[in-house]
Amino acid sequence: MRSATNTKRNLVTAALVAPAAAWLAVFLVLPFMAMLVFAFGERAPEGGYQAAFTFTQFANLPTRAAAFWNTLLLAPAGALLCLLIAYPVAYYLAVKADPRYRLILVSLVVVPFWTSLLVRTYAWMYILGSRGIPNLLSMIGIEDVRMLNTPGAVLLGIVYGYLPLMIMPIYVSLEKLDRRLLEASADLGGKPVSTFFGVTLPLSLPGVMTGVALVTILLLGEYLIPQLLGGGKVFFLGNALVDLFLQSRNWPFGSAIAVTLVAVVVVVLMVAMRVAWKVAGTRQVDLV
Amino acid sequence: MTKWYRENAPITADKLADELMRLKRGSVSRRHFLGVTGLGLATAVLARQPGLFNSTAYAEDLGTQMSIATWPNYHDPATFEAFTAATGVAVEVNVFGSNEEMLAKLQAGGTGWDLFVPTNYTISTYVKLGLIDELDLSKLPNYDASTENARFTSEGVVEGKTYAVPKNWGTTGIAVNSDKIKAPVASWKDFFEIAMTEGDGRAMVHDYQLTTIGNALVSLGFSFNSIKPEELAKAEELLIKVKPHLYAINSDYQPAMRATDAWMTMCWTNDGAQLNRDMPEIKFVLGKDGGEIWSDFYAIPKSAANKAAGYALLDYLMAPNSAVKEHIANGAPTTDSRVLKLLPADVTSNKIVYPDEAALSPLEFGAAVTLTDPGRAELMARFKSA
Repeated sequence: MRSATNTKRNLVTAALVAPAAAWLAVFLVLPFMAMLVFAFGERAPEGGYQAAFTFTQFANLPTRAAAFWNTLLLAPAGALLCLLIAYPVAYYLAVKADPRYRLILVSLVVVPFWTSLLVRTYAWMYILGSRGIPNLLSMIGIEDVRMLNTPGAVLLGIVYGYLPLMIMPIYVSLEKLDRRLLEASADLGGKPVSTFFGVTLPLSLPGVMTGVALVTILLLGEYLIPQLLGGGKVFFLGNALVDLFLQSRNWPFGSAIAVTLVAVVVVVLMVAMRVAWKVAGTRQVDLV
Repeated sequence: MTKWYRENAPITADKLADELMRLKRGSVSRRHFLGVTGLGLATAVLARQPGLFNSTAYAEDLGTQMSIATWPNYHDPATFEAFTAATGVAVEVNVFGSNEEMLAKLQAGGTGWDLFVPTNYTISTYVKLGLIDELDLSKLPNYDASTENARFTSEGVVEGKTYAVPKNWGTTGIAVNSDKIKAPVASWKDFFEIAMTEGDGRAMVHDYQLTTIGNALVSLGFSFNSIKPEELAKAEELLIKVKPHLYAINSDYQPAMRATDAWMTMCWTNDGAQLNRDMPEIKFVLGKDGGEIWSDFYAIPKSAANKAAGYALLDYLMAPNSAVKEHIANGAPTTDSRVLKLLPADVTSNKIVYPDEAALSPLEFGAAVTLTDPGRAELMARFKSA
């Protein structure tokens, strides 16, 4: 009798998981396999892919060192900048804001997502271009300021675009915070600052880590913002990939870079998460 | 219940006036205007009534949609609207910044393009790779090979078969905002020097190997088409030295030049003519040390889904009447003597559009080998990711 219900339950689970599994198999695993095969191939004389077994593509990776470094530095930097701005906002929303308005305030964070990122990034092109802020500055005598197509513009676009993705997870983890712990800390003589660093921050670390991981991973594959706000000069790996597939038609080299990027992301993520959970875990134990 | 008489009208008179003013100010596109006012639909419906307008009778079913791949700022939007009005086929326009990008998309397959605009030096490769069809000239009654200038059109014919017919010719020169840059710019050598000095942070190069590498080669005294590794290495050195001083690497330079974000750019004839027409302080000069002369063609991809519509639009564009309007709007010189005769004198006397023969003599046509040469492709990718 019991095994029958078990079988039934297993079948239901399988039926529920099947669509997602099939989706991932067809649109993630298979393309990744194809890329892995391509990465060991050669560029055909007119471009594209030609079957071969060679490590040349991987040996050529250092020619994209600059793009790798740009990505591996700017992605975490962008994520940290997002974090610094997002944390106070999330803290305000979860702890300080009047509960009656909280829902409205939280929705305001999400509202920008109603418009396509492309359109919003184009808007920044006008704001930062000569007829935007530099034009206003020239009215007060500061001439020929250049904002568009600088690393600063790219960083601004990144923070603007990804901020809501950082605010939400931190907000969620702060909202769940047990207020009694804060009261206990105060009762035991903890000043607001030490309560924040001893209680609030450690307890919100899971949210912080989720936010940082989410934003960093998305940034590692970023293409649009550097292209539009960096003028094709501030180069992410995403841009290098687009070039290899859509300009120089070197599919094997593009595949090799893509595979390497995936590998780097997986390793970085595993290490970061392990460290983070360790820190968060021990702090939690300390509290109890 | 009675209805107010305007209730069924698509738009009120006040709103129509508002929309018209927005169109005039340029805050909305013509397409938006025709859409919200219902005028576009009305025109399209009327146009399809037999006998109302005398449009060409199309024997084949053209469907309702087609797609063209072309270059930025290269057509009069009114041309496509008129074609849609005449045939009921809506035209989707995709723009690209380089021939390499078009080739990459066609090689990957599934572009959905029914017509595209490749440049002279790429056609032999498209034929070799079997990506384009020989054109059925019987479907292009408006095309007349005998009125075309063979200097610009010969590369459309491969082994006696016509694979592509000419759109227009042009040059790749330098557009410079003379209000901002006072130093004389007369050569590619000047271009790269000024990009690092007076025009620091304000110069643009194409996101396109042929012209960006080619003009760097020319500035160093080499051929525009060189694939010699030692010459390419020198060009790469120059480009990487210039890169930190550039405003952007982008083939769609008109927005930046118009906003005066950029002061100097590599520039195609048609863009030069358009910029100079609207902002006379933007001059267009040809490098006296060399550069590119080119002709663009229309071709139909083998993979086209709606070839009937591709041919119909191509024939429409080949008609001298539409070609003249296109020419006046986009400013690229014609290869067709029938069109030349119909052009107003202010166009034919414009030295940007029709320069003196002496100015053209140092220029070179792009060579087929540059399209597929791995050295040039990789140099461009390294320059961009440096």
